[in-house]
Amino acid sequence: MRPTAPLILAATLAATAGLTSCGGGSGSDPDTVKVVYNRSTDNKIRFKDNHLAEVKKQFEKANPGKKVKLVPIQAQDNDYATKVQQMMRSPKTAPDLVYEDTFRINSDIKAGYLRPLDDYLAKWKTWDQFVDTAKAAAKAEDGKTYGVPDGTDTRGLWFNKKIFAKAGLPADWSPKNWDDILKAARTIKQKVPGVTPLNTYTGKAPGETSVMQSFEMLLYGTGEAGGNPLYDPGAKKWVTGGKGFQDALSFLRTVYSEKLGPDISDALDPNVGTTVFSEWLPEGKLAIALDGSWLGQNWLKTGGKPWPEWSKTLGQAPMPTQNGQAPGKVSMSGGWTWAITAKSKNPDLAWKFIQQLQTKDNAVTWDIVDAQIAVRKDVAQDPKYTSSMPGITFFTGLVKYTHYRPTTPVYPQVSTAIGEAMEAATTGDASPEKAAKSYDDQLTSIADGATVAASGQG
Amino acid sequence: MATVTKVAAAPTETPARPGPRRGRPLRWLPLAPATVMLLLFLGGPIAYCVYIAFTNMQLTGASSTDFVGLDNFQRAFGDDDFRNAVVLTLVFTLLSSLVGQNTLGLALAALMQRASRPVRTLTGAIVIAAWVVPEIVAGFLLYAFFRREGTLNALLDWLGLPSQNWLYTLPILAVSFANVWRGTAFSMLVYSAALSEIPKEITEAAEVDGAGGLSRFWHITLPMIRRSIGTNLMLNTLQTLSVFGLIWAMTRGGPGNRSQTLPVFMYDQAFNKSLIGYGTAVALLLLLVGALFSVVYLRLMREEV
Repeated sequence: MRPTAPLILAATLAATAGLTSCGGGSGSDPDTVKVVYNRSTDNKIRFKDNHLAEVKKQFEKANPGKKVKLVPIQAQDNDYATKVQQMMRSPKTAPDLVYEDTFRINSDIKAGYLRPLDDYLAKWKTWDQFVDTAKAAAKAEDGKTYGVPDGTDTRGLWFNKKIFAKAGLPADWSPKNWDDILKAARTIKQKVPGVTPLNTYTGKAPGETSVMQSFEMLLYGTGEAGGNPLYDPGAKKWVTGGKGFQDALSFLRTVYSEKLGPDISDALDPNVGTTVFSEWLPEGKLAIALDGSWLGQNWLKTGGKPWPEWSKTLGQAPMPTQNGQAPGKVSMSGGWTWAITAKSKNPDLAWKFIQQLQTKDNAVTWDIVDAQIAVRKDVAQDPKYTSSMPGITFFTGLVKYTHYRPTTPVYPQVSTAIGEAMEAATTGDASPEKAAKSYDDQLTSIADGATVAASGQG
Repeated sequence: MATVTKVAAAPTETPARPGPRRGRPLRWLPLAPATVMLLLFLGGPIAYCVYIAFTNMQLTGASSTDFVGLDNFQRAFGDDDFRNAVVLTLVFTLLSSLVGQNTLGLALAALMQRASRPVRTLTGAIVIAAWVVPEIVAGFLLYAFFRREGTLNALLDWLGLPSQNWLYTLPILAVSFANVWRGTAFSMLVYSAALSEIPKEITEAAEVDGAGGLSRFWHITLPMIRRSIGTNLMLNTLQTLSVFGLIWAMTRGGPGNRSQTLPVFMYDQAFNKSLIGYGTAVALLLLLVGALFSVVYLRLMREEV
């Protein structure tokens, strides 16, 4: 009887091993590039999908026998990143090409998920067309480049001229400091009831949207710590929450406690970003929005919420620094890159697909349909690009004043900690001082003690 | 504990050796594939989880994983957010499982015993419908019910009562209610079965002796279904401890962390902050809480028998 048990055991193991290897095998077809990207959570918005489908068609035509498998992941940014990181962990599930937010790229490099592209880039003429800041965006601490950026973005204030007229505010509004913004918001609250005066994203739920687009737009405008209020690149240390940090939180607290912003439950809704451009702005329910250069894409004929009159209704103003100190304006930039995973079995084919994505025509089309600010000189000069959308010159002009987030591996964790501080301060669960203090505690543990105090105005 | 069971088991094993021993491997044979599968797909991941809980594994930001001993557990006990999550988990379990699902389920079962057939069928259908709905769908339904422009506020408005932003002011109460709404059907079914097992003669005898409805329920019905109560409480509690989708869909643990129970906290640490090791340690602690509850209930049931 004895030999039977091991026999069954062996048979079962063989069967399960067969099953699992079967499941994994399907992902590693040498003739297929598996491309993972984030699909908009708004089901009406499919221009990214359409563009990629078009490039896939070109690629398959140009490379007979090769296939592209597009794997859309429909999720919030945070959830998208989590999902992709889980996929990249294992060779069985790792895609060949992933669309990565620049602020996560260093973290994923440190985790060993991505492959350096320097060998490919050295032989690629088009790389010379990319501006230096963009090239730096995907360069890791080890000096190697891990992604090809396909555009960037800037941020500023969008305002509704019709509501401004009703409130007696100028159509060429250009606030000089934070107080000017609050003053305008208070006037609107008083004179145009039923309208939300000002939206600044806040809290954990919208994720990086609230941290970068709202908090860091404020923080970098305080000029604290010599213009590096989060991370000191010289000392390689994180900066603890100083006065500027608290001032930025206080600004948010003011907006929400005076009810100048949307109802707090709407502000903490994870989908608030979609609501802003698809409902509040087009329906005239929101007067001022601190938001990104890409909003216009949604209102094009091909966008998710066509709104032809938007260029007449909306004006743009640069975000001012806290007290109007030099250089007077502030913006934050991000952008996404195409990166090849470390566990990819078809890196060469994946690189070929990147090249296909970056033919001049495709690059121009992409920056236009995704309302990206161009990172390639030849694209930025293309008349099709410069005339693609009202406001594009305004936002391209902000590139001079823009800041990039610290590109260190722990930034995503720091970002989460900032989101928590924002949420605590906005809801009134903690005072700005207390929220900044608890941020400091978290930062110390995240950065393993490598922190430095903010040294006042720089 | 372990030595005690070994000692207790030994005497029964030894004398039995000559006879049935020879047949034993044969009896185990049909179970072998299942056992292997269980070890592979249940035991394996659990062992792996236990291992991860003692490491500093991260989803991103670090390539190496080191053994860190009890660091994660120490960190948990020193973490205000963890303690907050433990308290909220207990509140959530107490409110929605012990008080809500259990009592309401028993009440419904008792009432349905006397109801007419159509009423019984209708009530049963409604309650069970809530149970069959997938957790995430139930989460969105109740989100729509509680949100600012939701059904509940519309009802309150209609009644002339002040409306509330429930998910913001009382998030833990709102998610507890949602869990009661979803889970009561199970208790009701368990108690319906238990109540129908009580012999009519005993109830009738008590009635003849002059016991009123309430006293009959207290002295006859409850003692007779005590075992079912124990089983039901245990299953309810374990299920409630692990509720995630419902809370995630309704509040994501917010605002702040006012509805962040342990499963939500665990997810947040493991996947939003990428701290897989720490998140897994929290999961193990959650397992411990569940085990503690189970031991208490098993004790209660044993005393009764």
